[in-house]
Amino acid sequence: MHITGQNGKYPISQEIEKQMHKIVSAIFLAENIKKIEIEAPRIAKKRKAGQFVMIRVDETGERVPLTIADADPEKGTITIIVQGMGKSTKELNTKEAGDTISDIVGPLGAPSHIEKFGTAVSIGGGVGSAIAYPTAVALKEAGNYVITINGARSKDLVILEREMKAVSDEAYITTDDGSYGFHGFVTQKLQELIDSGKRIDFVLAIGPIPMMKAIAEVTRPYNIKTMVSLNPIMVDGTGMCGGCRVTVNNEIKFACVDGPEFDAHQVDFKNLTDRNKVYLSEEKQSAEAFAHKCNLQ
Amino acid sequence: MCPQHITTKERFAIPRQEMPAQSPDVRNKNFKEVNLGYTPELAQKEALRCIQCKDPACIKGCPVNIKIDQFIKLIADGNFLGAAKKIKEDNVLPAICGRVCPQEDQCEKLCILTKKHTSVAIGNLERFAADYERETGNVELPTVKASTGKKIAVIGSGPAGLSCANDLIQLGHSVTVFEALHELGGVLVYGIPEFRLPKEIVKQEIEGLKKLGVKFIPNAVAGRSVTVDELLKEEGFDAVFIGVGAGLPWFLGIPGENLIGVYSANEFLTRVNLMKSYQFPNNDTPVFNCKGKNVAVFGGGNTAMDAVRTAKRLGAEHAYIVYRRSETEMPARLEEVHHAKEEGIEFLMLMNPLEFVGNEQQWLTGAKCLKMELGEPDDSGRRRPIPIKDSEFILPIDMAVISIGNGSNPLIKQTTPDIEVSKRDTIVVDLNTMATSKEDVYAGGDIVTGGATVILAMGAGRTAAKAIHDKLMGIETQE
Ligand SMILES: Cc1cc2nc3c(=O)[nH]c(=O)nc-3n(C[C@H](O)[C@H](O)[C@H](O)COP(=O)(O)OP(=O)(O)OC[C@H]3O[C@@H](n4cnc5c(N)ncnc54)[C@H](O)[C@@H]3O)c2cc1C
Ligand SMILES: Cc1cc2nc3c(=O)[nH]c(=O)nc-3n(C[C@H](O)[C@H](O)[C@H](O)COP(=O)(O)OP(=O)(O)OC[C@H]3O[C@@H](n4cnc5c(N)ncnc54)[C@H](O)[C@@H]3O)c2cc1C
Ligand code: SF4
Ligand code: SF4
Ligand code: FES
Repeated sequence: MHITGQNGKYPISQEIEKQMHKIVSAIFLAENIKKIEIEAPRIAKKRKAGQFVMIRVDETGERVPLTIADADPEKGTITIIVQGMGKSTKELNTKEAGDTISDIVGPLGAPSHIEKFGTAVSIGGGVGSAIAYPTAVALKEAGNYVITINGARSKDLVILEREMKAVSDEAYITTDDGSYGFHGFVTQKLQELIDSGKRIDFVLAIGPIPMMKAIAEVTRPYNIKTMVSLNPIMVDGTGMCGGCRVTVNNEIKFACVDGPEFDAHQVDFKNLTDRNKVYLSEEKQSAEAFAHKCNLQ
Repeated sequence: MCPQHITTKERFAIPRQEMPAQSPDVRNKNFKEVNLGYTPELAQKEALRCIQCKDPACIKGCPVNIKIDQFIKLIADGNFLGAAKKIKEDNVLPAICGRVCPQEDQCEKLCILTKKHTSVAIGNLERFAADYERETGNVELPTVKASTGKKIAVIGSGPAGLSCANDLIQLGHSVTVFEALHELGGVLVYGIPEFRLPKEIVKQEIEGLKKLGVKFIPNAVAGRSVTVDELLKEEGFDAVFIGVGAGLPWFLGIPGENLIGVYSANEFLTRVNLMKSYQFPNNDTPVFNCKGKNVAVFGGGNTAMDAVRTAKRLGAEHAYIVYRRSETEMPARLEEVHHAKEEGIEFLMLMNPLEFVGNEQQWLTGAKCLKMELGEPDDSGRRRPIPIKDSEFILPIDMAVISIGNGSNPLIKQTTPDIEVSKRDTIVVDLNTMATSKEDVYAGGDIVTGGATVILAMGAGRTAAKAIHDKLMGIETQE
């Protein structure tokens, strides 16, 4: 190519051409929880279980970390499962097939450590089931006897039941209100399995922080290797800002590069819980403004 | 005064022309650029101060050896576009360097006038020429040589990557830049604040590169999205330049550093600059609400100055710099320190943080500090601070920003183990060519030197571009 720009003027603020990412399909799995399949060929090819992407919906959006629930390298798409929590995730959940989003970067984070442990229990609470799913698949592929415990508040919030069953040697559903499956918490189901004398070699637990903390306490007395996927607030997701730092074994770790999965018995859950509260009032402000905007439309 | 007939005496009589700036108590509440730039009149007057040395010392102080005497002469003659062109022979980002170079330690330090008067304002003039060219819409795209058919991947779009891409594309190679973030420009966009370097300028420089044919792929993290080996083996690149900067924030390693309200400078500046949280809630990313709060920035470099001035602009009641040595040892540029003071930043020198303390809810409430005094000079020639006994006290603060430097991001090292790195995790290169220990892989900028300067990173990018070109074309002639 030859360019001999004669007095080539620079137009002010011409946007850098960006590849927008098209949404291929978007369906609600439960109230407020949406499964979104997006074009992202490079990521689809590279991703491994346990990794995540950061998504920025549009030019003024924040960078939101979301686990890659599934990928189709041939089609060049990845799937994310999003729970509407605040402004960004709710806005993402308004997107339909055919819409585009501005930025996706990934795959980020260290892949899950997968080996043949023997019997592996994968526990997901709420949208955590979506995050646990790809790792459950990888554990199965590695030859483990896989038990899944899929917990939700009530029947209509249970997600990925069919998918979980397909990768499990034993699959359990728990609901807090007893409207489906085992009546109780995932921790109780796990304790029941342990009490039944079943040998458990590995536990992966992903869900709300109190749930992960509780699981850690269940397995600690038995010395069962237990991993949890932490969800600190992130900005870049590449190890550049340190905002996602968590305390593991009394050391600072950056969850976006060293994690997000860590040994549950070494994690300082209290510090994570506290740090995640830093923007509570701003999050509320954003959510209210967004709700207002939606009502107007 | 006619430039041809001005006498030496008249020249010496002209004082250094001050850079017009927004007044301090206005600018410390907005994010607009502090310095307003020379007018053509001011620029010409300043240019006349240069005595056009036979053997200009100033040039030796410039890491890319801009022909300073020549471009200043062109400004004095009123040929501003000619001046811009002259600068661009050696520096592809003059509007940026004119703003952020530590001139007083480089070109201006060696200017002959420094001995008797004050140096010629070389940086201000460089900025003027570049701004004039851009603002009058007269930027000429350079000629691109016929295609060589060679493909080069540049990782990172900071000054090192951009200057490397610029030289390579002009030599006729195909260049693709991979950038981890969604915006291009590296520290120029995520670190250095708008009030010092308007992002529009960076954007336009990058626009220029795009027009020359450089392909940019944002949201691509080397090591994760694609590895160096994949670029070389699967994607058909003939060479790779790594310019990923020094992007791993260091913390102090003292108790309480994980309290709510303790930030790294990178996080604080990234939220504000890159994610534009100063426009929250119009932009979704929040940042600590500094309004009426006390903020302390720990450190004494440019980054610390940027962070503390940013906190002030976000409404901080008290914005402190806490530094363990004295002001003379502070690595920040003089102009920045001066600007910061004008804006009401409070400098707490010879003070070392020992611990952060917080309330029940784990929000930061203060920093326990120890007062220091200066002892004997250490290896770096700076006088070493030593603690004063029983001088501990608690500085009440709501937010702390740690700004004590950056290490290297481990991603490339982890995924490309055959690139040799130093003990500090910087990439080891041959400084003449910027070649790494891995065949066809080059590196430059902060990833090689550790945190340094824009102009050094640019220089490294150019050295690498030349070496890559020589190597690729050399191979071709042998075939
Ligand atoms: C590695 C990782 C993987 C994740 N995977 C999924 C997933 O697959 N599906 C899913 O629904 N959610 C996932 N999350 C959580 C999701 O990122 C947050 O729910 C989302 O960022 C909230 O943004 P918001 O604006 O909607 O809500 P906000 O109103 O901003 O916040 C709601 C809650 O989310 C947390 N949060 C806010 N901003 C961030 C941020 N930038 N990063 C992390 N947490 C934040 C806050 O602590 C707050 O409690 C993951 C988080 C991490 C760190
Ligand atoms: C706040 C601040 C203020 C400063 N002020 C000044 C000043 O006034 N004057 C001055 O001369 N210098 C200043 N500096 C230093 C100067 O900015 C740096 O020396 C310079 O930017 C280094 O350039 P670089 O190209 O090596 O790296 P960077 O500018 O750091 O750019 C590296 C780029 O690579 C990207 N990247 C990183 N990892 C990957 C990956 N794995 N894959 C793809 N992309 C990746 C990053 O996102 C980034 O965009 C300042 C620095 C900071 C932080
Ligand atoms: S690039 Fe920097 S050092 Fe060189 S002349 Fe310009 S201001 Fe001076
Ligand atoms: S050293 Fe100073 S006076 Fe001499 S040419 Fe350079 S800028 Fe001009
Ligand atoms: S999100 Fe910035 S370092 Fe992890």
